[in-house]
Amino acid sequence: MSEKTYLQALNEALRQEMERDENVFILGEDVGQFGGCFGVTQGLFDQFGCDRVMDTPITESVIVGAATGAAACGLRPVAELMFVDFIGVSMDQLFNQAAKMRYMFGGKTTVPMTLRAPQGAGIGAAAQHSQCLESWFMNIPGLKVAIPSTPYDAKGLLISAIRDDNPVVFLEHKMLYGVTGEVPDESYTIEIGKADIKREGSDVTIVATSQMVYAALEAAEKLKADGINAEVVDPRCVLPLDKETILESVKKTHALVVVHEAVQFSGPGAEIAAIVAEEAIDYLDAPIKRVGAPFCPVPFSPPLEQHYIPGVKNIIEAVKSIR
Amino acid sequence: MALSKKTLINMYETMNKIRLFELRLQELFAASEIPGFVHLYLGEEAVATGACAALTDNDMITSTHRGHGHLLAKGGDLKLMMAEIFGKKTGYCKGKGGSMHIADLDLGILGANGIVGGGGPLAAGAALAAKYRKNNDVAMCFFGDGASNQGTTQESLNLASAWKLPLVFVNENNGYGISCPQCKSMAVVDIADRAAAYDMPGVVVDGNDVLAVYEAISEAVKRARKGEGPSLVECKTYRWRGHFEGDACTYRCVEELEEWKAKDPIPRFESKLIENKTFTKDEAEKIKAQIEKAVDEAVVYAKESPMPSASALMDDVYA
Repeated sequence: MSEKTYLQALNEALRQEMERDENVFILGEDVGQFGGCFGVTQGLFDQFGCDRVMDTPITESVIVGAATGAAACGLRPVAELMFVDFIGVSMDQLFNQAAKMRYMFGGKTTVPMTLRAPQGAGIGAAAQHSQCLESWFMNIPGLKVAIPSTPYDAKGLLISAIRDDNPVVFLEHKMLYGVTGEVPDESYTIEIGKADIKREGSDVTIVATSQMVYAALEAAEKLKADGINAEVVDPRCVLPLDKETILESVKKTHALVVVHEAVQFSGPGAEIAAIVAEEAIDYLDAPIKRVGAPFCPVPFSPPLEQHYIPGVKNIIEAVKSIR
Repeated sequence: MALSKKTLINMYETMNKIRLFELRLQELFAASEIPGFVHLYLGEEAVATGACAALTDNDMITSTHRGHGHLLAKGGDLKLMMAEIFGKKTGYCKGKGGSMHIADLDLGILGANGIVGGGGPLAAGAALAAKYRKNNDVAMCFFGDGASNQGTTQESLNLASAWKLPLVFVNENNGYGISCPQCKSMAVVDIADRAAAYDMPGVVVDGNDVLAVYEAISEAVKRARKGEGPSLVECKTYRWRGHFEGDACTYRCVEELEEWKAKDPIPRFESKLIENKTFTKDEAEKIKAQIEKAVDEAVVYAKESPMPSASALMDDVYA
């Protein structure tokens, strides 16, 4: 066990899986010598060569589609999109091809493909390079969606994603690449669709994903001063969603706040809130609160961008409005 | 290209299998016996037949919404196809796919596809897998004149040439993208000219001449197997029916259709085979009668097969 960044954890997952299984390969823009848009694939080109770490042209449809086709033929491609925002270019290959292939073909094939993509605001990348789009993918049967917050989760989930026989969209937050945490040196897996309680509490459940997990933990610390003991639940994957852990927590705390950086309206939190309303409303003694980004594109100007990203203050306000 | 009698007769059988299967679908659809959409391949049989004759079972194809011909030419089973088109549990995809999504990976069929231009990237992936494994297999992407304008097709052509993938692009130019004639959707007359932009061979063949198709495709397949990269073969042909069954076809004239029907690929090939003594007229008729019988059996099989049960709804969403 040693201290590693989120980026190192992802890099280690890729390297260990490529060492373990010769069917695993990487393709995407700048993944080779350059080491990936944010540096996640650093060193892999030197170790595995251009036959297994493939620099593609800037053509996202064929990146996703070739990964899908190769996966259907029995390989385990890990495709990288430089930014999740580019999924629009290749959406058909993901949602009409990769996600539906197995079902349409009556179970005749598997599509063991992983699509890694950084998302999120915070680096002044503006409207087309800063979105959180997990709710787009959540609405597509056939996909799985991982959205890890910690280095430990990032490594274990990426290894699981690569080994999974279904297409997995793996959403990394670009503000988390430098975050450090304890990560085992050896290979390990984390079950896809299994939530993690990041902080135990008794008074309110805060369900948070990705970078918002850190904001939720900070808010929970600050709420202690007001005598509010918050539980922070990190789903780690939004598809499948571990509703059991969320419901169990809500049944214990009797209150729910859902936090994500994705736009609040019709965001992933809407589904979580609806599930709790349908299945545990009798346990709630206050309305469910959601914290998400406002309904506007991500602005460029740094102060505006900071205003756009939900933060500790918004979470504390939401909790205090019901507790 | 000297071909064995067996190969020639196989081609003749395949073309008739496609023709008779589809003529039957036309009737069944008109009688409201088939759910959903049906896009018929009638008139284009020489393309799928000539192209697939150059492949082995290990070679992967991606097909289109007008895919019955490709699937049958690649070895698809009449009964399983018919049952799938009827939406039956016994069909190729357990009734989950229908006419536009039939697949059989064991036969190298990576699926028909409901998205115009959807198959290119997948075929690039199949070719990439072959190259990755160094197993000498090739992939083949069937796509129409309409799909030739899609970004996905351009991306696939580009990647295949940049990476020298063992991929053969078979363009079936049947003159129309749905209702839009080629002259209105592109400035080029020969889609094969686009190959130059990707530094790959681009050839035009008479898509109603099965031997011409076979010869051009064989050349492209040979190149791909040798690691020399992709090719684009444009097969000029014509769609006898509308875009879909039920299409009133008001966008084209009867004379044009008649002109192309006079170039029907099946009688053309049949005369050639009789002329070179591959078979007699009687033997040809026998072959057709046998296929007709097999199609009858496929219809009976499809009709008698059960519908999928409600409990199967959620099967195979995930592995």
